[in-house]
Amino acid sequence: MSENNEKCACGCNGHDEREDKVLEVIKECKYDKSQLMHILNETQNIYGYIPMSAQKIISKELGISMAEIYGVITFYSRFSLEPKGKYNIAVCLGTACYVKGSQSVLDKVKEILGIDVGQVTEDGKFSLEATRCIGACGLAPVMTINEEVYGKLDPSMVKDILAKYE
Amino acid sequence: MENVNLTIDGVKMSVPSSYTILEAARANGIEIPTLCHLKDINEIGACRMCIVEVEGARGFVTSCVGKVSEGMVVRTNTKAIREARKTTLELLLSAHDKKCLTCVRNKKCELQTLSEKLHIDGIEFEGEMERHPIDNLCPSIVRDPNKCILCKRCVSMCKKVQEVGAIDTMNRGFKSVVGTAFNKSLGDVPCSLCGQCINVCPTGALSEKDATKDVWKALEDPEKYVVVQTAPAVRAAIGEEFGMPIGTLATGKMVAGLKRLGFDKVFDTNTGADFTIMEEGTEVIERIKENKDLPIITSCSPGWVRFAESNYPDLLPHLSSCKSPHQMFGAIIKSYYAEKEEIDPAKIFVVSVMPCVAKKAESEREEMKVNGLRDVDAVLTTREAARMMKQAGIDLSNVEDETFDNPMGEASGAGAIFGTTGGVMEAALRTVSEVVTGKELEKIDFEEVRGEKGIKEATIKLGDQDLKIAVAHGLGNARKIMDSIREGKCDYQFVEVMACPGGCVNGGGQPIHDAKTRATVDVRALRAKALYDADKSLPVRKSHENPVIKEIYKEYLGKPGSEKAHELLHTHYHAREYFAE
Amino acid sequence: MKTIEELNEIRENTLKEISLRKDINYKGNEKHILVCGGTGCTSSHSAKIIEKLNAHIKEKQIENVRVIRTGCFGLCAKGPIIIVRPEDTFYAMATEDDVEEIIEKHILNGEIVERLLCKDVDGGTVKRLDELNFYKKQKRIVLKNCGMIDPENIDEYIAFDGYKALEKVLTSMTPEQVIEEVKASGLRGRGGAGFPTGKKWEFTKMAVGDQKYVACNADEGDPGAFMDRSVLEGDPHTVVEAMAIAAYAIGANKGYVYVRAEYPIAVHRLQIAIDQAREYGILGKNIFGTDFSFDLEIRLGAGAFVCGEETALMESVEGHRGEPRTRPPFPANKGLFGKPTLLNNVETYANITQIILNGAEWFSSIGTETSKGTKVFAVGGNINNVGLVEVPMGTTLREIIFDIGGGIPNGRKFKAAQTGGPSGGCIPAEHLDTPIDYESLAVIGSMMGSGGLIVMDDSKCMVGIAKFFLDFTVDESCGKCPPCRIGTKRMYEILERITSGKGEEGDVEKLEKLAKNIKASSLCGLGQSAPNPVLSTIRYFRDEYEAHIKEKKCPAGECKAMTKVMIDKEKCRGCSICSKNCPVNAISGELKSPFEIDQNKCIKCGVCIAKCPFKAISRV
Repeated sequence: MSENNEKCACGCNGHDEREDKVLEVIKECKYDKSQLMHILNETQNIYGYIPMSAQKIISKELGISMAEIYGVITFYSRFSLEPKGKYNIAVCLGTACYVKGSQSVLDKVKEILGIDVGQVTEDGKFSLEATRCIGACGLAPVMTINEEVYGKLDPSMVKDILAKYE
Repeated sequence: MENVNLTIDGVKMSVPSSYTILEAARANGIEIPTLCHLKDINEIGACRMCIVEVEGARGFVTSCVGKVSEGMVVRTNTKAIREARKTTLELLLSAHDKKCLTCVRNKKCELQTLSEKLHIDGIEFEGEMERHPIDNLCPSIVRDPNKCILCKRCVSMCKKVQEVGAIDTMNRGFKSVVGTAFNKSLGDVPCSLCGQCINVCPTGALSEKDATKDVWKALEDPEKYVVVQTAPAVRAAIGEEFGMPIGTLATGKMVAGLKRLGFDKVFDTNTGADFTIMEEGTEVIERIKENKDLPIITSCSPGWVRFAESNYPDLLPHLSSCKSPHQMFGAIIKSYYAEKEEIDPAKIFVVSVMPCVAKKAESEREEMKVNGLRDVDAVLTTREAARMMKQAGIDLSNVEDETFDNPMGEASGAGAIFGTTGGVMEAALRTVSEVVTGKELEKIDFEEVRGEKGIKEATIKLGDQDLKIAVAHGLGNARKIMDSIREGKCDYQFVEVMACPGGCVNGGGQPIHDAKTRATVDVRALRAKALYDADKSLPVRKSHENPVIKEIYKEYLGKPGSEKAHELLHTHYHAREYFAE
Repeated sequence: MKTIEELNEIRENTLKEISLRKDINYKGNEKHILVCGGTGCTSSHSAKIIEKLNAHIKEKQIENVRVIRTGCFGLCAKGPIIIVRPEDTFYAMATEDDVEEIIEKHILNGEIVERLLCKDVDGGTVKRLDELNFYKKQKRIVLKNCGMIDPENIDEYIAFDGYKALEKVLTSMTPEQVIEEVKASGLRGRGGAGFPTGKKWEFTKMAVGDQKYVACNADEGDPGAFMDRSVLEGDPHTVVEAMAIAAYAIGANKGYVYVRAEYPIAVHRLQIAIDQAREYGILGKNIFGTDFSFDLEIRLGAGAFVCGEETALMESVEGHRGEPRTRPPFPANKGLFGKPTLLNNVETYANITQIILNGAEWFSSIGTETSKGTKVFAVGGNINNVGLVEVPMGTTLREIIFDIGGGIPNGRKFKAAQTGGPSGGCIPAEHLDTPIDYESLAVIGSMMGSGGLIVMDDSKCMVGIAKFFLDFTVDESCGKCPPCRIGTKRMYEILERITSGKGEEGDVEKLEKLAKNIKASSLCGLGQSAPNPVLSTIRYFRDEYEAHIKEKKCPAGECKAMTKVMIDKEKCRGCSICSKNCPVNAISGELKSPFEIDQNKCIKCGVCIAKCPFKAISRV
């Protein structure tokens, strides 16, 4: 884990404001254990992933064991234990996109970046995931890079699109 | 409770309406296979082995959770059911590390037994297996996820009964695995090491960390003087490993077996328990007098101690500073006994046979050393001791009884009942009461602290004083008491806690019984009865009347609570922090 | 907090402002520009179009024109979609660069921008939305407000009879009467299994419990279905209203909507709807001054298909891993937090207000004998009009695919339609005339499912499709029970073997045996239906399986391990388009002479086949 490198270097004595935000979310949920999913979703939004330090806070405040929290995080594919790349690429493998050839788009991205699904490039720039239907079936096959949607793709277009982010 | 009429496999029956189909079938001699089901603890219907056909129902019904109803017609043995069960079991086996011949649970594995029963003669659907590293880094428990069938009995035990939550299901689908947060070793997460997970595991995915090799090595070393001591609960269970009925008290046979293994001396940890009562009783009386850190809580159960250190570091001053009986006894053996017998304590190797796996980790604690020597050098579980005997060709059911070695072989009945919930409290009350009042007790059986209720409460008259006590067994119950102390709502003065439900008789190192036996036989009550019977049969039933104890205090330790006693028999605790970054 | 009278006043006043959207004969001088703000059109930057439209209107100080961001219009293939009302002009595939022209020409000068008008599949240009073949056979009940109102404005919802059904129920109907009405309507669950909705309500009402809940399943997990999302994005209040009605009927005071976190727009708009309803006193204590109190909370999922299963959903709402529970007990008796719970999906709820307002008789007059009302399908894949379609039950697949959907693009042939997603099956051409309802789809080996409808042309390998769905199931199985956890994995492995040319005699029979037992033994609906895509493709395309296994050939030419991409030297003119487009630089040659493919480099992606102007490249 690279938690320590993640800590703020601005001279705030290691105090991580993101932890305050997590605490605030928990407080807003009135320490209700059944709100675990919401709290994890928010934590994921705050950090971009769910680090051990945040899990410890959630465990302590809600009185849920670390094992249970870890079990919940690893069950849901939206939750991540590792930071994602600066640009997160998600290639849709929903049925509509698959039928229109999204697998070869995904293969192309993998080939260009040299990473597999679930991995991050060494420079931390790109991470890659295969997602299920983002609902833009009219544009199939599609992929997203962070918020931007790229539709009606074929593998030959991938290189130029990725080049925009270099 | 109303009864309902139903038919299973053509057999008409009338059973209470609260019954599941499985219970109704069992009550009428019809066997339905199960794997994940653990009565009252893990009723999740996950393994799909107990499926049955019910007329009018859409699809198969899960009989371990499906209730009976009036007029129900059930079939448990049709072609479709047989084929479905067989396919499911084959699938389980296709993802299971089938090293049966070299498995610690060989011939005692529920998966293996079921394969035999369902006549699995080949695995049609072999395929990829998820490979996981084996966790054998912790001193008490070994986890081999490759043998796990994801029945989750261990998870429910850990989470719902013990309320520890050290393990849970991780990942999803084919990658699912029972594990710890961040895949850490059990020793590096807030696991109490009680070992209840081992006792409910149907396969060899969970087991104790083996100590038999170390013990064999010591026995083979001519330089070593190897002493063994046995905890009270061991004698009430070890016979089961040799086919004796559950609840058989096998003290004499156990001693004989250990002697045949070649131990130089076989001592009784019950004597250690008597020391504990002397020390703890004194501590109780003093703390109540000073009204300091009340309630005082017993500390004989290392699973409980670790639980407190992990979860209630702020309340550690409540714990008695007494070491657990086998650690006390180990310290006495390497000091008093060594001096008396003129043996170099460095050459003494103390082995404890315990119903417990937490004691393995306990014996490795830094605090459990005197003059740099460990009080106890190796801890064997009841199962391991039986394993060694089997290896040595000793059939315990066919040996003549022998008695513990002197000079420290004598123990009181109070020491014997240490092995069951309420026993430490009862033993302490027998002594504390007589010390405080100076009068002999009319009735020494404290029935109010016996039995299986999760938390037992009582108010005991000590002369003109009232002593408010409680007894908790199972860590879930301990948690309730600790929370009430934290909230300032607890008015007990003296509390006994044992980590395992039922106490040591049901410890994590005891012989394992399958889920069906657990559901139909009250194993821990039978074993407890054996200990109460032992207590009743003994001439001395109070620790302070044990002549051995009296003599050692007189000759060596001085008074209970003396400086010497503290050096040898007491310890301290520390908060445990996990998931440090 | 609004009274019924105040609500009526809002309704009248707002209707005056927005009636032109429905009134083709409107004679006033106002114009409303409706821009689709659904996920599909938002992905193709409709938000920028809205921004620009507003900027131009402000800059030019144009009065009497409003821009409204609506929910989905349905024809996603033509997005982003802009509709100008009252004249109902339909602009398709517009970009922000077209905005100025629309303003200058259409809005200011009343001239239609011909070049932006939508082209129908038959080549004709349509001016108005309802002239499109796409809409002709549709009937909109569930989607009635989608594309019609601003989903973030409660007043617009109220104007089109919103919250009238709740008012009717609370002021003039007993809970029993509500349940009777829903029962009489014949409405069945739109989540897939088709359980009679009224019965479900009745069971939950009869269940004993001090606390009851209503819940809405908005965890649309079928990869390729987006009906529920579109309803939440386009008309969130209809779900809020229906849940309040359901709560009144069964005696609940609290509701949960479980939505996928992957649907940010839907979540956002639903939250706005809930907040607005609370502000108006439509949610909260003593609604409309009656004894009835009800409030609603959103709970987010986090990417687990199994959470669409009702008991897994409840586990997830409670903050656990989404592992299904055994049934019985059913949620009607023991659901959320152990209390009796009514769970319906979004589309089911979206029918309720119309049933209450128009009556059970009206609703049951639509559809077939056993399946009443309409069904929304998300139509995708190899079809011209990708989008959202609502048709009366009983419409045939042929009508949906060819009349509404505009048929198969690129001159290819229809091969199969897949309904029911990972739980459903592939339907071949011979069954195209099957009228769609719950029973008839089951008979032909598929299921209604939540409404995904993926069309496949003859370039698709059916073994590959089965493998695709099994890959999905293996990934999404919760892992609780062995038949699903291990069984689907074993099926996938066999399919993988077959598609990579290593299939063995007997593999199809193995698949069938596994499928049968996984269906019979699995704990929940996911496992019980997971083998369906395999079974239905074996049923209709067994010869394709056999060709893979026996001849080591993929008839559709899709399984890469068994095909080579080759250039026909006779046809190749050496234009170099293929080599320029090849993503792995596997094609080389000299201009004007035949090119060649380096088989060691080729990844068989097929781009060159698609790009070759002379159809000289093919799979062999």
